[in-house]
Amino acid sequence: MGRWSGIALAGLLLAGSAGAEYGDVVLNRRAESEGMPPVIFPHWFHRIRFRCKVCHLELGFEMRAGSNDVTMQDIIDGKFCGACHNDEIAWGTENCDLCHSGRPGLETGIRGGHATKGPGVW
Amino acid sequence: MSKPWRHGIRAGVAALGLLAGVAVAGYWVPLVKDNLHDPESPAIGVLQEPAEALSKLPPDPAGNQVDWIKAIEDGVIQPRTGLHSREPMRIRDDFILLENTGEMPMVRFPHRSHTLWLDCKNCHEKYFVSRAGANPINMYKILQGEYCGRCHGAVAFPLTECKRCHSVPRKKD
Ligand code: HEC
Ligand code: HEC
Ligand code: HEC
Ligand code: HEC
Ligand code: HEC
Ligand code: HEC
Repeated sequence: MGRWSGIALAGLLLAGSAGAEYGDVVLNRRAESEGMPPVIFPHWFHRIRFRCKVCHLELGFEMRAGSNDVTMQDIIDGKFCGACHNDEIAWGTENCDLCHSGRPGLETGIRGGHATKGPGVW
Repeated sequence: MSKPWRHGIRAGVAALGLLAGVAVAGYWVPLVKDNLHDPESPAIGVLQEPAEALSKLPPDPAGNQVDWIKAIEDGVIQPRTGLHSREPMRIRDDFILLENTGEMPMVRFPHRSHTLWLDCKNCHEKYFVSRAGANPINMYKILQGEYCGRCHGAVAFPLTECKRCHSVPRKKD
């Protein structure tokens, strides 16, 4: 029983360092290996505009970073990000740089802010 | 019964104290310094800075430093409920008391706050069976990203905020 508290505390303390905005997601299952910078998805920006349910129920995004097999063709076909980034609800897929804005070498996963780095780290 | 986790909780409180010192409210890291965006990316300067949007929302000491429940309840933000439809959310107003918390205060789960953002089907029956007491939740699993930890510690307020969940004091006997 006592084990989790140690693990938890190590995690919580480590998490003190500053970095990405809380809830940012890196999507880099294949972008970089196919010559494009990793994708950064900002939760904070999107949740101001949409309830969680829109993406996580209506559009079918699983709530586990890296578990959705999103390809650029899917997006162009109007799935995942492409359900909105279609020049109707939001700007379209020609704006490569706005999504593919990550530093080289980032790993897929959820990122935390100044208070925690998310369960992926623990 | 021995209670080894007690030390953990005391230490936890201490750690929180430290964190409170680190977590200066109202400080958002600029995109060029977030270790995520490429400072050379043409998107820098086009993308919105977190501080620009988030400083205008009701403040909070943790996570995005935004009280997202207040923001939505007060109508400061009006996130859409559907891609095309404007159907109202299905709201449930009750609270569920989760009592298996050792000597920590008990957990009060508010359906309302959650159904402002999420549909029943986001949680039921996928992550939680919809029957009070039917889910074998514990703190270890939460820290592993299961149950409440699916969202808290990732997108919803972080797990360092013990008291926001553990909010119902236990009567001493
Ligand atoms: C505009 C779409 C969108 C909205 C709105 C949205 N999300 Fe997400 N969410 C995503 C995407 C995209 C991912 C990453 C999926 C992947 O990597 O496969 C994600 C991932 C997640 C994860 C997984 C994190 C992890 O630890 O692996 C959680 C939890 C989550 N979202 C919760 C929420 C909650 C809670 C809300 C509402 C407050 C929300 N999301 C709103 C698109 C969205
Ligand atoms: C709305 C956001 C968005 C825009 C705009 C966008 N992409 Fe992507 N792209 C993604 C996401 C998300 C992935 C999946 C990332 C991953 O896991 O590797 C992806 C993946 C890719 C991949 C990896 C291979 C594949 O087919 O999935 C390539 C190459 C790519 N994009 C090129 C482009 C180019 C070129 C443009 C501009 C014409 C562009 N993308 C615009 C979001 C976007
Ligand atoms: C439910 C609709 C929706 C989905 C799904 C969605 N977005 Fe967006 N996104 C938007 C809207 C609306 C904007 C704002 C557009 C505007 O300002 O014109 C936006 C803006 C953005 C921005 C720019 C933010 C800024 O700072 O200006 C990025 C980056 C982005 N989206 C990435 C993604 C990626 C990557 C995905 C898929 C993983 C995705 N989005 C899925 C609706 C969506
Ligand atoms: C964020 C996740 C979440 C959402 C969204 C959610 N619930 Fe629940 N629900 C829970 C949890 C947690 C419990 C308590 C389970 C336990 O005690 O083990 C619960 C319990 C219940 C119960 C059992 C109550 C009792 O007293 O036995 C019902 C019925 C229920 N939910 C219905 C709903 C309905 C209807 C909606 C949508 C309007 C909804 N829930 C949305 C997480 C959620
Ligand atoms: C997102 C809500 C949430 C947060 C934040 C949270 N807890 Fe919990 N905690 C729970 C729930 C739910 C349970 C299980 C209650 C049940 O099943 O009756 C629990 C159980 C526990 C238990 C009982 C023993 C065990 O291992 O399950 C302890 C001790 C505990 N939490 C300590 C903490 C401490 C210390 C913190 C802060 C570092 C914390 N919790 C933060 C929701 C939370
Ligand atoms: C599917 C995602 C999800 C799950 C699972 C979840 N929450 Fe939440 N919770 C949220 C979101 C989103 C908010 C809004 C606040 C925020 O984003 O920080 C929230 C807010 C809360 C609040 C603050 C309510 C208020 O009115 O200020 C409490 C307390 C809470 N959650 C407890 C729990 C507990 C306990 C569990 C597990 C039994 C749980 N949550 C599971 C997403 C979730």
